[in-house]
Amino acid sequence: MDQPLLEMRNVNTHYGAVHILKDVELAIYPGELVCLLGGNASGKSTTLKTLLGMVTPTSGEVVLDGEVVTGQPTSYLVERGVTMVPENRRLFKRLSVKENLELGAYLRDDADGIDADMERVFSMFPRVKERLGQRAGTLSGGEQQMVAMGRALMAQPRVLLMDEPSMGLAPALVQTNFELIQQIHNEGIAIFIVEQNANMALSIADRGWVLQTGRVVLDDTADALLANPDLRRSYLGET
Amino acid sequence: MTTAMRGSGAGRTNVDRFLTVIKVVLIGVIVIGLLAFIAQQISPGNGFAKWTHDGEAASRLTGAQFKGLVVSGLSQGAMYGLIALGYSMVYGVLGFINFAHGEVFMVGAFTGFIMANKFDDAGWWDGAIFIPAVLITILTCTLVAMATAVIMERVAYRPLRGSPRIIPLITSIGVSFFIQNAVILLFGAGAKSYPSNPDWLQDARTLGVGSFHIVSLKGTQIVVILVAAASMYGLWHFVERTKTGKAMRAVAEDKEIASLMGINVNRTIVTTFAVGGAMAGIAGILWGLLFRSVIATTGFLPGIKAFTAAVVGGVGNLGGAMAGGVSLGAAEALAPLTLLEPLGVNGVSQLRDAVAFTLLILVLLVKPTGLFGERLSAEDRA
Repeated sequence: MDQPLLEMRNVNTHYGAVHILKDVELAIYPGELVCLLGGNASGKSTTLKTLLGMVTPTSGEVVLDGEVVTGQPTSYLVERGVTMVPENRRLFKRLSVKENLELGAYLRDDADGIDADMERVFSMFPRVKERLGQRAGTLSGGEQQMVAMGRALMAQPRVLLMDEPSMGLAPALVQTNFELIQQIHNEGIAIFIVEQNANMALSIADRGWVLQTGRVVLDDTADALLANPDLRRSYLGET
Repeated sequence: MTTAMRGSGAGRTNVDRFLTVIKVVLIGVIVIGLLAFIAQQISPGNGFAKWTHDGEAASRLTGAQFKGLVVSGLSQGAMYGLIALGYSMVYGVLGFINFAHGEVFMVGAFTGFIMANKFDDAGWWDGAIFIPAVLITILTCTLVAMATAVIMERVAYRPLRGSPRIIPLITSIGVSFFIQNAVILLFGAGAKSYPSNPDWLQDARTLGVGSFHIVSLKGTQIVVILVAAASMYGLWHFVERTKTGKAMRAVAEDKEIASLMGINVNRTIVTTFAVGGAMAGIAGILWGLLFRSVIATTGFLPGIKAFTAAVVGGVGNLGGAMAGGVSLGAAEALAPLTLLEPLGVNGVSQLRDAVAFTLLILVLLVKPTGLFGERLSAEDRA
């Protein structure tokens, strides 16, 4: 395979004295859809924060396109195509839908390109266009999810990190949400899903890792993980 | 807090009952005062007026007097509004009340005093050359006040980022004392006078169409109202229409996600202080032009009033801060003569400050979020 787009090499992260990530190795290749599974407090969020430069690892490296970016600010990574859709969407509720989308493109100054991407978001999510002037907080959960994804797309990501996309959503919405993720993936954007809902994530992912108390314990293709008896026991609720 | 307003009998404490009593009394005073005022305007010698004025007839307020009160209320209110913007913006972004903001206003007024006297010595504070001189003065005051606010953030508040909100709040009181005393140390504790304004600025003018006179006001009042309106428009445009303004609103709502968008949160906070400081600086020089006197404690009362205005309008809401400032100024100017005098209260012109803070209490009792404030959801408050 060619060079990974984003990787973590032997990363250790501490919060104070607490050792959160232990020798984590991950590699995301261009255009693939991968997932990181893990229960509560397994270190999933810390992995995302470390990838985005919001947390600096105590040792190891975060590498983007072969360049070591450990210690760079978040804006450096966002500018170079790493974007996250946060857990629970976290839209700017008091700002309009349009302003939310514009903030996604905050670091860009190519007005034409921004307009074109705005149109691209509208064509993917026609509902968003109807709601442009409305405050984001007044939208339904599903519409907010679309705006959150649209906002991330406005940054022209090459890899989209998704933090718990199924968290707190009604089952029907979870389904829609994963369809939206696949739709974005079809545009050639690499996607890294961090999830507790292993079943749903593995049904669309190519590969996955399982994180347990800060350590990667499984690293395999989605099919193999789905068939793995340990995983079935821990995450799919089978005994 | 709001249970007092929703009160359905059950679960009401004595505090709630006490607050309800205060609310009823305050609203009662306003209604009776207003009715007495109307009665007095129709017939100064009516029974109620005689009863409240020891048997004398009340004196009717003339139209010109009333308009004069409105104008002075508006010009003072415009300055409260300008200062209130700074309280509101900092509260919006950092969630604490910067009590040293009144001192930024005072620094603006002091800078104006220094500049105006320098220009006066050079003979520029008169005639047509006064216009460029006063423009340069306004600009300098704005910049100095801006710098004061930015340094304040950097030195006093940034090291406290992430600590409980009560800590920067108390620090701001300390900063306030520090700046006041620094000014006393540098310039002495006495009152400083601005040079006289040119006659053409000081003179009263009558606005009107032909022989129909709308209102008569001093040139300085016109300047204050125009400059304040232009600054408020500029600020509104900045916050609502520019990219930096959008970033500011994003930071006010969710710092973590704002930084995820690539917004530099620290720089945005500095910008907030700078813009708030600029507004206070403009208010400072306008205050100087209007009252032509400044002292190290000049910032205290207008600062507290502007804070009141921000709360009255709904803290964190910029339109509310402006509206709150103007309503507070108007209430302060009008209420003594239109509500209290008809009730036979003595020495009403001394009661302006009491009116301002009573208005604050009334708004907090009736609509705790302020006139234009939104109810904070639980997650916003967290």
